[in-house]
Amino acid sequence: MFSKLFAVRKKLDSKQRVYFSILSFLVPMIIWSLISYVPYIWHPKVEVTDVGDVVYFSKGMLIDREAFDKEVEVASAAEKKLPQGFPANPVYLPAPHEVATALYSAFMTEPRRKNEKWLHESLWDSIQVIFWGFVISSIFGVPLGILAGTYDVFSRLFEPFVEFFRYLPAPAFGALAVAILGIHEAPKIAIIFIGTFFQQVLVVSNTTRKLDPALLEAAMTLGAKRLTLLFRVVIPGIVTHLFKDLRILLGWAWTYLIVAELIGTSSGITWFITQQARYKNFDNVYAAIIIIGIIGFTTDIVLAHIGRKIFPWEKGTAKA
Amino acid sequence: MSKLILPSYLDQNEAVKDRFERMKKRPVTLQVKSLYKEFATPQGKVVALKDINFETYKREFVCVIGPSGCGKSTLIRILAGLETPTSGEVLLDGTAVTDPGPDRGMVFQGYTLFPWLTVKKNVMFGLEMSGHGNKNSEEQALQWIDLVGLSKFANAYPHQLSGGMKQRVAIARALANQPRILLMDEPFGALDAQTRAKMQNYLHEIWKNIDVTILFITHDLDEAIYLADRVLVLKAHPGEVQEVIEVSVPQPRSPEQLLSPEFLATKRRLEELIHPPEEEVGINEDKMNMVRMVDVDNEVESVF
Repeated sequence: MFSKLFAVRKKLDSKQRVYFSILSFLVPMIIWSLISYVPYIWHPKVEVTDVGDVVYFSKGMLIDREAFDKEVEVASAAEKKLPQGFPANPVYLPAPHEVATALYSAFMTEPRRKNEKWLHESLWDSIQVIFWGFVISSIFGVPLGILAGTYDVFSRLFEPFVEFFRYLPAPAFGALAVAILGIHEAPKIAIIFIGTFFQQVLVVSNTTRKLDPALLEAAMTLGAKRLTLLFRVVIPGIVTHLFKDLRILLGWAWTYLIVAELIGTSSGITWFITQQARYKNFDNVYAAIIIIGIIGFTTDIVLAHIGRKIFPWEKGTAKA
Repeated sequence: MSKLILPSYLDQNEAVKDRFERMKKRPVTLQVKSLYKEFATPQGKVVALKDINFETYKREFVCVIGPSGCGKSTLIRILAGLETPTSGEVLLDGTAVTDPGPDRGMVFQGYTLFPWLTVKKNVMFGLEMSGHGNKNSEEQALQWIDLVGLSKFANAYPHQLSGGMKQRVAIARALANQPRILLMDEPFGALDAQTRAKMQNYLHEIWKNIDVTILFITHDLDEAIYLADRVLVLKAHPGEVQEVIEVSVPQPRSPEQLLSPEFLATKRRLEELIHPPEEEVGINEDKMNMVRMVDVDNEVESVF
């Protein structure tokens, strides 16, 4: 059993794979639950239920456990009324059930000010920023990558500069983007673009170079030349890998989102998160973060599924 | 080899002699004239091919054989136009070969079917490249697929086929362009012995029924003798033509001939050429240093 479980590069049977996939979500959940619900695991604070004779305590206040214990000692020495309380976690770590309710209630909470946005509106803004940043990047990045991977001329022409530019951190262009593009959506899209585009060119050119040269030779002996080689062999030959690359790059685009949305006027899901953190609604903060995860993860699963549908020849190669 | 009494590999019976005489009167398809190929390596220049001269006649089946490093693959790649010779020229029906083109079909050792196309679309590829319409290409492709016996798999993707089937599609794909010559670079090298034997018979059937000259590279002596009209023997470092052997085994070939005197005589000759009698110097360095590594009280004292 044990040796089978840890066989190097051998697939588990399908039941075990499902079981461990569930476990991969379950383990963090269990750890979180333990910390939240078992009183003496962590719980560095005490929530005051009865202030007793301690002057500066108030009901519902969270206080460090040492400070609380000290006050209890002082009070008992002075034979005053003892304060009461129970162990609690800091406000920034809400329990799972609180976050679970927040997942629903966050959408229902009315914004504090009239001009502020609901959560779903903020989310929609974020999705649009990601979408446009990624699409614009792909419109330029994918063709340039394919050209660089196919023709050495383009490889030399693009790649050294791209290689240099990709080390420049995208957020560093924030101020510049605002100066050029204003304070609204455009500079945010630009940051996503800068964060994605340069990686994209390199990743796509690398993928293109991995195409088996024998396929190109076979095509040439069948009479394919120049552009037909590009359009009938190179592009269809890499399209499945390209699709996978884009899925991974889309994940990267999400990581740039948070930085991008802090630029200019803060907006979207980032604005929602910072706002809620300011109000100390940490359950909403977690809910929003989890929603980003769910959106990203679901998009990827949907794209993977679409990939299997539109590339029917993939089934064999994917397994190998 | 044991001292079997065999005829000379040069002895040909009347029918074989007559066939070769008639063959040599056919027009020349491929002509290779003083071909040289040198590669620049960090260790200096390496001569891969040196002064190669030969020609093939229309509808002839020529095998090229030689030890590894003799430049077989380089030769066929030059013929296909995938590499350029350092000097010398290749003429196909009198016209110089410079680029790859559909007049020279090629079947590679590795599987080079386009994985994103079905069997039918793979075979249609060359036809479409040469400007045949979609409908016309499809019709022709289906005929070629039928010829290699894979009609049932016309809509399958390459990853669903076995190795032998893939190479049959590759042959159909190359033939669909109706090339003047079919170049085959160890096409059955990756197949198991049984599939390989089957494929050799398929190939002969195809060759008999189609107007095509075949140049076939192999390192398998039996395969070369079984398939070829003539065998071009190369030697290594530098790659040179050692001998062109007219195979004295009568056509049409069948597996029973594998033990016929002519076959064995030709094979003995090829072995002499390719694995010459060991020279004294340097050869022993390649021997294994075998020491008995079995315990004295091992249950099995000796394997004999």
